[in-house]
Amino acid sequence: MLGRSANGIFWMSRYLERAENVARLLDVGFRMALTRGNVSQEEEWHSVLTTIGQDAGFRARYDDYAGPQVFNYILRDKDNPLSVLRMIENARTNARSVRTSITREVWETTNEAWMVLRDMLARPVRERGLREALTAVRRQTMLVRGAMQGTMLRNEVFNFSRIGKFIERADNTARILDVKYYVLLPSVAWVGSSLDNVQWEAVLRSVAGDRAYRWLNAGALDPRGIAEFLILDQRFPRSLVFSYEKLNSNLRWLAREYGCETAVHQLVGEARNRLQETTINAIIDQGLHEFITGFIARNIHIATAIARDYRFVE
Amino acid sequence: MQSGVAGTYDEMFEADGTVRPAYAGFRQWFEAQDRNWLKKQDHEAERFFRRTGITFNVYGEDAGEERLIPFDMIPRIITAQEWRKLSRGIEQRVRALNAFLQDLYHRQEIIRSGRLPVRLLQENQAFLPQMIDFTPPGGVYTHIVGIDLVRTGPDEFMVLEDNARTPSGVSYMLENRETMMAMFPELFSRIPVRPVSDYPRRLARSLAACAPDCAADRPVVAVLTPGIFNSAYFEHAFLADQMGAELVEGGDLRVVDGRIAMRTTTGYQPIDVLYRRVDDEYLDPLSFHPDSVLGIAGIMDVYRAGRITIANAPGTGISDDKAIYSFMPDIVEFYTGERPILGNVPTWRCSEPQALKYVLDNLAELVVKEVHGSGGYGMLIGPAASRKELALFEAKLRARPDNYIAQPTLALSTVPIFTRAGLAPRHVDLRPFVLVSPDGVDITPGGLTRVAIQKGSLVVNSSQGGGTKDSWVLAD
Repeated sequence: MLGRSANGIFWMSRYLERAENVARLLDVGFRMALTRGNVSQEEEWHSVLTTIGQDAGFRARYDDYAGPQVFNYILRDKDNPLSVLRMIENARTNARSVRTSITREVWETTNEAWMVLRDMLARPVRERGLREALTAVRRQTMLVRGAMQGTMLRNEVFNFSRIGKFIERADNTARILDVKYYVLLPSVAWVGSSLDNVQWEAVLRSVAGDRAYRWLNAGALDPRGIAEFLILDQRFPRSLVFSYEKLNSNLRWLAREYGCETAVHQLVGEARNRLQETTINAIIDQGLHEFITGFIARNIHIATAIARDYRFVE
Repeated sequence: MQSGVAGTYDEMFEADGTVRPAYAGFRQWFEAQDRNWLKKQDHEAERFFRRTGITFNVYGEDAGEERLIPFDMIPRIITAQEWRKLSRGIEQRVRALNAFLQDLYHRQEIIRSGRLPVRLLQENQAFLPQMIDFTPPGGVYTHIVGIDLVRTGPDEFMVLEDNARTPSGVSYMLENRETMMAMFPELFSRIPVRPVSDYPRRLARSLAACAPDCAADRPVVAVLTPGIFNSAYFEHAFLADQMGAELVEGGDLRVVDGRIAMRTTTGYQPIDVLYRRVDDEYLDPLSFHPDSVLGIAGIMDVYRAGRITIANAPGTGISDDKAIYSFMPDIVEFYTGERPILGNVPTWRCSEPQALKYVLDNLAELVVKEVHGSGGYGMLIGPAASRKELALFEAKLRARPDNYIAQPTLALSTVPIFTRAGLAPRHVDLRPFVLVSPDGVDITPGGLTRVAIQKGSLVVNSSQGGGTKDSWVLAD
């Protein structure tokens, strides 16, 4: 397989994963903003922008955090190089450049995702149309994932797409934790107020984990348990440990197929072991914030090592 | 009652409106269909093309702008008898083209014999000195050829153009058939249409048969594309996919241990046959355009060392040049010793004073083409031109006569297209695709029918708004 194709499929997968996660984050931001006062609304939108790393870009163009301004910026602004629409476009461009490596179904669902969302986001989205737009983003990206799952050979192409997906997913979950970590910290002021409950639920919801968590914990919310769930629960498909479990096994598949390991195998193996062996108490004692910051930096380092070891570029 | 354009041969209907035998089965089916349903299918076809991404990019418009080539559902039908003659003529012509190239880059007997003026080579950029005294692996120059045919009467097929560089459009031949079979499957059980779907397999086999000596048992074939912004990217990806070959870009390739190798996830792997869809001048920045990023530095050295097959061979453009074209009947005769089975369109070489005078005197009736142009760019269609355009071309002709040829405005045959108002005749041409290897000449029974969608228009090029049709060759 060409290094350039591996790069293309890796990024196609990353963009799709990111578009889906951003849509979910926007959904939660919108829900939170609706239920709160004006000042807190702005705070909420600000935190959404921070989580996806678009606050600086947004501030360069706008003075305040009015909801429609924020979600239109994130969804479709022409000046935003990482708008959801642009991500879908990038995913499609990458799919087009590796068209010979993907099935017809994967190409068609990706192309259709782009066509549907391009039409849907052709004009500014209004508040009452937001939910529908976000649902469309999630649905379209899931269709692509379904096509991949259902039609692609379990070969190197498939493994590179999975590797891209789990690098991105780990990053996204970690970033949500990074922005909201303070909500999950045990605090003297903690009284388990309804506001706290709303915040915690929002964190869970933004990784599609609210129902799973409630089901596992018989409805009881507690911040330490939520942090544990998002970082260390092996059953939850968006937890850090789950993402690294998969990342590790997809990389191991490549090592077997190619008959050789690279530096990245050791990096990922170690990171996964650390996640499996640690406990939530150890993480909180060490500092949740420091833990997350360290994780994000290492994740970026691993992505770079993958690109290098598998000759993504000359 | 249906009929064609007065004075023009219609492929479906006789002048009195009766349907020709080749179309009898189709006509019968067509008449039995509900018009509204057909309209819906017509609409569906466009959606299908968009969804599958069968698009092309138009140069000069917004970068990345993707357009559809209009598809028309009424097929172009060729009888078994017509096809037999066409394929004999095509094979003869393609053999002559290869012999001609072999000769031009070696002893140049045709020039010594006085049949071809030497200035046509001397002043021609398509003639590559790098190819002199070199014979490509397997002795094949034109691995893939597209012969553009036009028809003006029952038995009057003529070659309008030979495409011996990197002919495109074969993916439309295949996808148009797929679309027709998906929309109207019953047609294909009623009418014996010869299949075209094995073209990619035949192409892969033909390319592999031309592999250099250093290749292993199963030669590694790759398709070289300029990238996703090229107008024919869809086709490049499509063919690579169908052949199970890698689709590579210049940036993926380099010279490793005297061979051309592609950068894979596990290191560099040598390639045996490169089906390149990049023009000669961009192929090797060391030999041609120094600033080309589409090619591979040093590939011409590897090629001349016989360590890779490039398809088509560099320098084949000299054989499909429009100035050379007018000599094709002589060329065919010179190398095959036979009379050409397929004729040429009469052509005036404006480089010759007599011819130039005739062309200038009759400009309003003629089609004038640039010698090195392609894709319908930079041409004049006299009868359709304004006074201003005619004056402009007259000045161009006087300034650089050797840059132009002229041909009569042909009454190209018509095939009806499906419109809201019913069937309407439109002009067509036909490009069959021909594969050449040491094993022989292989012509896929079918081709790309291009159709001028505008009423009265003679320009069928997709870059100028032309459309395509499925092309049927009937079995005996």
